Amino acid sequence: MSESRPTVRLGHLYPDHLNIYADRGNIAVFRRRLEWRGLALEVVETGLGDEIPADCNLYYLGGGQDRDQLLVAEDLVGKVAPLRQAADGGAVVLAVCGGYQLMGHSYVTADGKKMRGTSLLDLETAASHDRLIGDVVLSVNLDGHTNTVVGYENHAGRTRLGPGCTPFGRVDKGHGNNGQDGFEGALSGRRIGTYLHGPLLPKNPWLADILLRWALDHAGAAVELEPLDDTLEQAAHATAAARAGLKR
Amino acid sequence: MTAHIRWTERIDDCLMKRPSLPHWLAAAVARTAGRLSRLLGRGGGTTLPGLLLNRLRPQATEEMARAVPNGVILLSGTNGKTTTARLVRAALDESGARVVANTAGSNLERGVATALLNTPEPDIALFEVDEAALPTLVQQTHPRVVVLMNLFRDQLDRYGELEHLAQKWRSVVADLDPDTILVYNADDPGVAEIGAEHPNSVAYGIEDPHLGRETLPHAADNTNCRRCDSPLHYQMITIGHLGQWACPACGLIRPQPDLIASNVEFEGMDGQQIAMSTASGPIDVSLRLPGLPNAYNAVAAVATAIAVGITPTTISAALAERGAAFGRAEHINVGTRRVTTLLAKNPAGANENIRMVLNETHPLHLLLLLNDRTADGQDVSWIWDVDYELLLEGDRLKSLTLGGTRAHDLALRFRYAVGGTTDFSVRPEPAASFETAMAACGAGGRVYVLPTYTAMLDFRRVLADRGLVPEFWEDE
Repeated sequence: MSESRPTVRLGHLYPDHLNIYADRGNIAVFRRRLEWRGLALEVVETGLGDEIPADCNLYYLGGGQDRDQLLVAEDLVGKVAPLRQAADGGAVVLAVCGGYQLMGHSYVTADGKKMRGTSLLDLETAASHDRLIGDVVLSVNLDGHTNTVVGYENHAGRTRLGPGCTPFGRVDKGHGNNGQDGFEGALSGRRIGTYLHGPLLPKNPWLADILLRWALDHAGAAVELEPLDDTLEQAAHATAAARAGLKR
Repeated sequence: MTAHIRWTERIDDCLMKRPSLPHWLAAAVARTAGRLSRLLGRGGGTTLPGLLLNRLRPQATEEMARAVPNGVILLSGTNGKTTTARLVRAALDESGARVVANTAGSNLERGVATALLNTPEPDIALFEVDEAALPTLVQQTHPRVVVLMNLFRDQLDRYGELEHLAQKWRSVVADLDPDTILVYNADDPGVAEIGAEHPNSVAYGIEDPHLGRETLPHAADNTNCRRCDSPLHYQMITIGHLGQWACPACGLIRPQPDLIASNVEFEGMDGQQIAMSTASGPIDVSLRLPGLPNAYNAVAAVATAIAVGITPTTISAALAERGAAFGRAEHINVGTRRVTTLLAKNPAGANENIRMVLNETHPLHLLLLLNDRTADGQDVSWIWDVDYELLLEGDRLKSLTLGGTRAHDLALRFRYAVGGTTDFSVRPEPAASFETAMAACGAGGRVYVLPTYTAMLDFRRVLADRGLVPEFWEDE
């Protein structure tokens, strides 16, 4: 551990329960893209019963099966204060799939069970009996730039946003939040929730770098992220976009 | 009277807008379609006739299944269906029975219907069944034996979540005829909890202490108690979440198996010796298939064969003769090189293949092939749950070629892997990936090919084009 290197501290919440869609791929992308630039990632894993650290620059919540998500929801709601405090102070939160649903006010399962959420994002989710599954292509605008984001979605939940957040992206291909309004995910400041896995970040290095830039800013490290050779990432991105039926 | 009933049935059919042709006519149309498809080179005809038959006469499968005198065996699970069915088939063949089976791996309703259609007057039926198709096929075939092997994380794009599949299986078992024999894997906590509910059941498991692993792999599922949600405790872990499990919180415990593999001796890629103990005495099996997953397949097959009354001597003799199922630990000679294919389409299967490959003493030349068609799983994110990092430890890996429609996703998996300074070639196109891997290996070497299902078919086509293997439907 060379503490001289600018370091992003990542709080990985429930890695044992929320990991169904290869969430460790997203963590690997954070780590590598920092290391390749001489920076470092420090990961704090927090599970059921553990206290959430308030001093991370970046928090990650992955996806889980309904059963695991119920366990996590019960645990998380009572101890979310440090996460809320960090997010209010400008820490980045990326929540994918089940994690995204936990960011809202509530989640109603297909058999009518209501789980309370963390209310970190102004949204509500209700599960339906059919799942929205398939490749997705989004147009996403962050920091004044628009780019395409590719991924895969697989969710029974239908998410509706309140006025307190905006969609993460516009759906070019796929279903999105509810299969009706043409939008996907939610964004509020540096909090992002999305249904996209695949995992999300390896094929979307542009998004990964924006999140890292935000996290470094929160860490007080004034560093520029040098461009990397993303030839393979772009090729995989193009394949996924083509698979979704979007010719590019 | 019969004529009258038949008439009312017809009227019912018309009212329900379900056209139902007489069986002979529906069958003739379906068979002809299969022959035409084959003549036109549109594939092996393992699904089309059944698909058509089920359309033309929805009750056809049920009628044909009822006519099989010694009953129907249905076998399901995420991993090992095809190989296990092949081993059971060997035992049935050895016993002299005339078997109808869907050995070409077409394991949905239409594949079963096609097999029944194409095999006149069988003694017994043996079908490997897709996990999600099991409920329908149990209803249609009224099975004598149902085998539940395992539930791993697999193709979530198609099945929804693992939990939903477990729920489906739970209701299958709840509705099962009490006379149906349920053979199930006691080492899979998710399956065991479902299987133990049935009154007429046979549990199997592996209890060789030197096979155990210390930690659960990254992609382990079902590691919490099904009853009280507390973390399970494992005295021994075999594959993924399989092993000798117990819940310290509520006391739920792995059922004591009726059939146990007590000693497993591996013989590299060539096979293994398995000592089993059963209610009808010990059985020693000499298996020409490598690795722990195949030990499970063999135990499941032996339990199934015993359930339908085949003697231990017949079973041992049959299993010793049976080689690899198509694409599963199959060896093919390509000039002076030897190519071994190890099929996997989910993290548990891929992790076992990696372990098998690492047990080899030869320099490692690998060709990984990832496709994203329906049979492979359109969601390729599962590759991130595979422990490919194990391949990068030490200096074992001599060459790595990445192919298939999603070769670039594999490339990213290795680019971002721990220790990720690995050299690899990315060749999405099947022939190019084959040529590259062969060139990297050099004369006299061995290439291990790890494909998903349709990538394996593409690879076979490349070999067939070069005259190295026959076309696949000629295999059966």
